[in-house]
This record gives sequence, structure tokens and C-alpha cells, in this order.
Amino acid sequence: MLVYYILLVLISVVTSDYSTVTSYTFQIYTLVFYGICHSYINYSRVFPVLSINYDYVQMPFEVSLWILLASLMKLGFHLLPVLSGVVPESCLLIVVGLLVGGLIRVMGKNPPVLDSQLFFLCLLPPIILDAGYFLPIRPFTENAGTILTFAVLGTLWNVFFMGAVLYGACRLEAGRLASVDLLSCLLFGSIVSAVDPVAVLAVFEEIHINELLHILVFGESLLNDAVTVVLYHLFEEFAHAGEVTVGDVFLGVVCFFVVALGGVLVGGVYGVLAAFTSRFTSHTRVIEPLFVFLYSYMAYLSAEVFHLSGIMALIACGVVMRPYVEANISHKSYTTIKYFLKMWSSVSETLIFIFLGVSTVAGPHAWNWTFVSITIVLCLLSRVLGVVGLTYIINKYRMVKLSGKDQFIVAYGGLRGAIAFSLAFLLSSDDFPMKDMFLTAIITVIFFTVFVQGMTIRPLVDLLAVKKRKQSKCSINEEIHTQFLEHLLAGIEGVCGHYGHHHWRHKLNRFNKRYIKRCLIGGERSQEPQLISFYNKMELKQALMLLESNSSANLSAGVTAAIPRQRSRKTLNISKEREEEIRKILRGNLQKTRQRVRHTHTHTHTDTHRHTHTHTVTHTLSHTHTHTLSHRHTHTHTHTLTY
Amino acid sequence: MGSRASSLLREEDIEEIKKETGFSHSQITRLYSRFHSLDKGENGALSREDFQRIPELAINPLGDRIINAFFPEGEDQANFRGFMRTLAHFRPVEDNEKNKDLTSGEPLNSRTNKLLFAFRLYDLDRDDKISRDELLQVLRMMVGVNISDEQLGSIADRTIQEADTNGDMCISFSEFIKVLEKVDVEQKMSIRFLH
Repeated sequence: MLVYYILLVLISVVTSDYSTVTSYTFQIYTLVFYGICHSYINYSRVFPVLSINYDYVQMPFEVSLWILLASLMKLGFHLLPVLSGVVPESCLLIVVGLLVGGLIRVMGKNPPVLDSQLFFLCLLPPIILDAGYFLPIRPFTENAGTILTFAVLGTLWNVFFMGAVLYGACRLEAGRLASVDLLSCLLFGSIVSAVDPVAVLAVFEEIHINELLHILVFGESLLNDAVTVVLYHLFEEFAHAGEVTVGDVFLGVVCFFVVALGGVLVGGVYGVLAAFTSRFTSHTRVIEPLFVFLYSYMAYLSAEVFHLSGIMALIACGVVMRPYVEANISHKSYTTIKYFLKMWSSVSETLIFIFLGVSTVAGPHAWNWTFVSITIVLCLLSRVLGVVGLTYIINKYRMVKLSGKDQFIVAYGGLRGAIAFSLAFLLSSDDFPMKDMFLTAIITVIFFTVFVQGMTIRPLVDLLAVKKRKQSKCSINEEIHTQFLEHLLAGIEGVCGHYGHHHWRHKLNRFNKRYIKRCLIGGERSQEPQLISFYNKMELKQALMLLESNSSANLSAGVTAAIPRQRSRKTLNISKEREEEIRKILRGNLQKTRQRVRHTHTHTHTDTHRHTHTHTVTHTLSHTHTHTLSHRHTHTHTHTLTY
Repeated sequence: MGSRASSLLREEDIEEIKKETGFSHSQITRLYSRFHSLDKGENGALSREDFQRIPELAINPLGDRIINAFFPEGEDQANFRGFMRTLAHFRPVEDNEKNKDLTSGEPLNSRTNKLLFAFRLYDLDRDDKISRDELLQVLRMMVGVNISDEQLGSIADRTIQEADTNGDMCISFSEFIKVLEKVDVEQKMSIRFLH
């Protein structure tokens, strides 16, 4: 066969028939190859060119697939503006979860349930850390009393009211519900009553409500974790032991304080450690964000070891660590931390809601009309009564009273979420034979609050004309005047002999400045007053904005926008000079911005007093910011501006 | 001492102060005993030294200005009426005050009057404008001695630039109000005088 083809090729070559040459040569090659393969096949083993080994990568593959699915869903929603305007994202995600769960069920396999360990150790911490790190401190401390009242007293009221009424209803109903005893009802109440931070964040993020209400509901959802943890463990222990004495109740109260304060203490210790570590990271900028994340996560885990409130530890760590760490780390690390936290918390949130949907399809259900309907009604009722009652008491002590509209939003914003579900899932079936019924009821409550309350809160906010969040850019005026007012008020309180809010805050600031900042902030930054660092940050932000506008044509627009309303001739000259300088620098820099690590950025400030002072900001790896001032008396200031 | 203090304050005085400032009876008597305890010379009026003896004011960066606010133009003694009038600015704003019948226009603790009080603390020469120099003085007091004049100068320039709408390189009272419109002045400038 082969010889025949070779002969044909030779003849074709001789007769200059090149097309046949190529086709026959190809056929020869095929034959040769086939021959070689055949001879190899005669050996007993085949070398696998392509084979499948799925077990090796199964776990990471599935995890990545879930996360990818979640992210694609999120992407999809934002491409459909109509849908995302009406329905909050959390609802859509739960629906997706239901669909996915249904799909898996149809394919014959059992859909995975939201594993409590996965939830508490992996999915919840990023969301809480994100919330705690970026917690707006001033509104939080100004309303701390109100928030604590709602969190502690409100939750306690909810738990006992619900537990008691449910028990009464179960007694009346008899039948299947007769076996539910008081302790189980109380435990159920404690699981269901807690306002959930994940759900609140997801819904409130989209309605842009004013800062006060946002911090009230959100702060409450964070702080009630301590109460929930204590009550949950308490009732679980009691159910296990079978007997309750007065001493146990007293110990329960003590336990609450231990859990709450212990959590905060653990968080604070880790926060201080993180701040201290960040002082020395000027040579290893790359791993700075890692310290922030690791210390916070360790705080959470350490608190969980002792059954302290992990959420409060995480919040405390973030709050304590932030001012010092931000003074120490570079700008890039700050951006990294911010975006990593946002990214992780976003992914976590998406996954939680999807899993909630999937678990609904998966879990064993025991539906009981009475129990579920009473639960939903009671949730709403106890929340409203609790909020109204507590506000009546709180308003006596507040300077800015909470109006009826505010109370309504606070009551209506009490959403339940995945934490309740996970806590219920952790119950042992031996102690609580009604576990399935509880689970079903909790899922129904969660669906009700997220779907009904989540969807209707936005039109209600518009209807009631509740104040929205004011979009304010950072203004140096506000900062100066706010600090001025704080000093003023502290002074007036001193005159009155009144040891109030401002007095203690003033004392804390002074203590902070004198002792703590010196330890925890490295270099010269420790002496820098808050106003100066605020101003520097603002200038840096504006300089970056100018860089990003990316062309000289836009530059004039940018500069004149930054220096509005310059009418007098003198100031026009100034702005033009400044404009020229900046233009020159930026033209030089724009080409180098991307590649260079080191770029010089000269900032010429000319003011009305006719002496020019040039700050040369040199961002280098070793970060010395030489501040040369050509002034009457030459003054060289070496300022470490970390970049 | 308590009985002596209250005997110096007559009922009609209390009524007048109540009408003028809006404080309650118990608040006025309590503040009177504070006034009396500050008044070491026991002459029914406070001098600047009496104020400077207050420890909180000694360490407060704005201490001197606050003390000056208690003394009316050119005088060296602050009597109880003036004391209460100044403190009235810091009363929390109450909703039911809108319907009250008052002798002169707005109550002392309205938002505008609170801001006017703060404005006067900046504006020492009382020309109804905060000039660059006045702003620099206040900044210097708040920031301390370690910061250079140039840096403070650029902050002051930036501040005036942001607030100034009519181009006179000074901050007038209306511009001041506008800049602070987003700040919750009612809460920030109020002290809870216990009942």
C-alpha cells in the first residue's frame, strides 16, 4: 500500500501535477503515522493524552463555582435597572437560590444546606468587619444610649413577649403543639427576635435613609448579638439540664455582662495590637492589609472560643484599630483594605442569600399553620410595641427627639435574616423535637421580612417623606467648625459644672493625644493634629482627582471648578499661576504615572501676601516628603507622608 | 450657703429670667448655686479671674474666647442675668417653643441665634465678617504651636475659598450659616441642663 502511493507520488512529480503530489504525500504521512501508532498499540499500555480526575479538585472547584455563580448573578441584576429599582437585591438572590435548589433537586441530588459552621466562621465575619471598620463613629457615640436601649431592652422585651404568648397559644391549641414547653418557646423567641445586620445592611444600603435612622437600626442589629448569644446559650443549657433555679437566672444576667464586655475587651486588645504592629510596617508595605484582616479575624475567633460575642469583638477591633492604622499605613494599603473588605462582604452577602434560598428547598419541613402565622404576627406586634414603648422613655433623655416617622422606620426596619436560620439549625434534635417546625417558621419569618418589608420599605420611605441621606463632600469648613463647636461646648460644660457628653469626649481626646497616639503611631505623624491630617487627606484626594482627569483640556475645567468664583483680579492671577504650575507638572507626570513608583509632584501655593511657598511632595519608597518653603525664613520640614 | 444663695435671688428675678431665657425654675436655681460657687469674691458678679479658675477652661484651646463671651461689651463684671443669657444659647431646641409667646422675636436658643453666638466668637472686632486673620487666630488656637504659619495659611485660604460666595475674601454670617446647613447644629450646640 505504501509502495503504491510512493510510486504515484513519483509519477505525479514527474508529470508536474502538484495537487496530486500534495494529496498523495498527505496520504503517505497518514499511513506512516498510523503504522507507528499501530506498532505502539501492540504494547500492553496506552499513554493517556487526555484523562479526567475530578476528585482531586472537587472541593475548591465547587466553592469557586458557587462564588462565580453568585458574582454573575450580582452582575446580572445591575444590568437590569428596572428590576433592581423595585426589588431589593436580597429578594432576587433568594429567588435565585430557590431556583438553583429546585434545579439540584430535579437532578436527583440533595441540595446542600447552609452549614452553620461555614456561615459563622467564613461568611459572617467579612460583613461584620466591613461594617465595623467603616462605622461612622460620631453618630454612633452620640446615639449610643439609644442604640443600647433598643438592642438590649428591646431584644429582651421581644424574646419574653414572644416566648410567653407563643407558649400560651400552644397551650390553647393543643394537638401537635402541646409538646412545646415554655423553654422551647423562649428559645425560639430568642432566635427569632434578633434584628439581623446582614439583612438590614442589604436593604438599608439601597434606600439611602438619613444617617440617624441608619445608625440606630444598624447599631441595634450589631449590638443585639450579645443578648442573642447569651439567651441562646442560656436556654439551651437549661433545656439540657432540665431544671431552672433563681441562681441560674442571676448567673444568666452576669453572663450577659461578661459576654458583652468580654467581647469588646478582646476586640480592643487585638485592635491595639494591630495598631502597634502597623507602626513598624514602613518597610514592608505590601503585607499591611494582611495584618488588618488577620488581627480582626483572630479577634473574632478568640471571642468565639470563649462563647463571647464575636460580632462585638470584631466591631471593637475595627473601631479601635482604625484611626491609628490609617495614620500609619500607605495610601495604597488603605485603598486595598477598603476594596478587599467591600469585595468580601459583598460576596459573602450574596452567598448567604443564595444559600438561604437553596436551604429552603433542601431542609426538612414541618408546616403548622397556627404556629407560623402566630409567629409572624407576633414578630411585627412585639417589634412595634417595643419600639414605641422604648422611644417614649428614651425621648425624655434625648436632645433631638425621635418623631413618629422615625419610630415607624425603626420598627419596620427590624428585619430577620440568616443568623436566625443558622442558630436554629444548630439546635440538637434530641433536646428539641420540634426543631423542624421551628426551622420552617423561621424561614417563613425571614422570607416575610425580607420580601414584604424589604420591598415595601422604599415606597414607604418616599411616601412618608423621611429625610434622606445628605450627599455631602468633605468640607474643611465643616470640619473646622465642628471641632470649634466641640471645644466650645466642652468649655461651656465646664462653666456649668456639668460633666456631660462633651466633657468626657474632650477628656478622651486629650488622653488619646497625650499617651496613646504616641505609642501607636510611628514617626512624626503622632504629633499631627487631627485638623492637619484631615486637610492633607483632602488635598491628596483633590490632587488625585486632578490626575485622573487625564488631560490638559480638562485641567482648566478642573482647576476652575476647584477654585470657584474667583472674581477679583488678584486672585485670578494666582489661580492662573497655579494652573500653569500644575499643568506643567501633570503633563510631565501623566506619562510616567503608570510605570513609575516614584514621582515628583510640585505644588505651588501663592497667596495674597505675595510670598511663594513651594511644597515639593516627593513620593518615594522610603517616603520622605520634603517640604521646602522658600519664605522669608527658610524652614525645612521633613514630613513623612506615606504613599 | 444654700439658703443664703437662694435668698439673694428673688422670685421676680427668677420669673424674668424664665421669660427671657426659657429655663425652668429648678434649672435657674441650680445654675444660680453654680454661679455663686464660682463667685469667690462674693460680690454678686463674676470677674475674669473667677472664670480662669475653672480647670476645664484653663486647658481648653478656646478658653479665653469663651470667657470673653460672658462679658458684655467693655465690661469686666458678669452678673447673673448676663450669665444666664449666655447660657440660654445652649438650651436644647424644643418643638413646643414655636407657639410660645415671647417678648422679642426668636428665642435665644434658636438655630440662628446659636450660630450667631458661635460666629461672634470668631469675629472679635464685631464687623460681621470673619476675616482671614481672625480665622488664622482661631486655627492657631485649635491646632497648637507645632504647625507652621504657611500651612495654617493655606488651610485658612482654602476655608475662605470654600465658603465665600460674594468674593470679598471674608466669611459673612449668611455664608457661615450656609456652610453649616448640613451640620446638625441643634444637637451639637445643646447641653442637657438636668431638671
